[in-house]
Amino acid sequence: MNEAALIFGMFVATFSVRYLLFAVAGRVHFPSWLSTALAFVPSAVLTAIIVPAVLMPKGELWLSMQNPWLLAAFAAAVIALIRKDLLTTIVGGMLVFVGLKFGLGLG
Amino acid sequence: MSAESSINMTNATQAQLSRTAEFIAGAKATVPLIIGAIPFGIIFGTLAEPSGLSTAGALAMSLFVFAGSSQFIALGLLSAGAALPVIIATTFVVNLRHMLYAANLVPKVRHLPQKWRALMAFGLTDETFAAVSNRYLLQENIQNAHWFYLGSFLAMYGNWVLCTALGVGLGELFPDMTEWGLDFAMSVTFIGMVIPHLKSKPMWGAVIVAGAMAIATVTMPHKLGLIVAAVCGIAVGLSLQLLLKAQAASEAQSR
Repeated sequence: MNEAALIFGMFVATFSVRYLLFAVAGRVHFPSWLSTALAFVPSAVLTAIIVPAVLMPKGELWLSMQNPWLLAAFAAAVIALIRKDLLTTIVGGMLVFVGLKFGLGLG
Repeated sequence: MSAESSINMTNATQAQLSRTAEFIAGAKATVPLIIGAIPFGIIFGTLAEPSGLSTAGALAMSLFVFAGSSQFIALGLLSAGAALPVIIATTFVVNLRHMLYAANLVPKVRHLPQKWRALMAFGLTDETFAAVSNRYLLQENIQNAHWFYLGSFLAMYGNWVLCTALGVGLGELFPDMTEWGLDFAMSVTFIGMVIPHLKSKPMWGAVIVAGAMAIATVTMPHKLGLIVAAVCGIAVGLSLQLLLKAQAASEAQSR
């Protein structure tokens, strides 16, 4: 992959979104349905990345209590529900994952 | 020296002082948020090489793109063998939330020259938005607030680039780090980011549909399924939200 093209493309995709409204500064009306839709964007995109990574870590659907990715993801979700702190969720989830994968030898 | 010019001088010095004070205050207000971003910068740097991005590429991405979640997602897509246009389109979709931030800030930047606005737009991250919104909420006077913004942005930016470099170095020191399960660090980070949003039925609907569709479309080429799944989730969330709103309106009317 051409890295320069990748970085340039990502720069354009990021900067244009951030700059557009500043550039026109209030001369364009932002429809309310669009801001409602935008509120769903991060959660929808991130979930679409998480679910296959956790349910199909080796390329095929793996719904089992032997799947450390699935178990640790569940643990992380529970931690996130109790403690709203992102760093706690990451450290807790990683500890569970490492414990299952290397401690118990799952996966 | 005439009295008038001495007054002008004092005014100029005061304006300069206030700019410096705003700049420092902006950097300071961002410190707690920076601490939270440190592990992500380092993890991004360490994951770059194993995902197929060169050291220079990782640094250039942090320098020019400067968007944490998109950079992580790009790594995930790179290692999964996604095509370039898919990575760029996904970056665009993931960053759409920044448009909400920009819409919020427009009344505060309208009076500034275009150069300043472009610079501020480049630095518009979740963290700076949080710090700056707080400043605008607490203090009405926005005359030098763009210096506060600049302080917040440069503190965040310096930290992000530095942590990326640190992570790249760590990755080179310990090349077998990928086998420690760092790929899961990305999933667990995203889980921690999504869960706090799950507060309404439309949001649950969006997330469930996006997740199910991601599994259903996993065989689509170039990881295109990701965008299809996200768009389906967003459409369902929006529809449910609009339905709930219409329902509430008709109930209010019948009362």
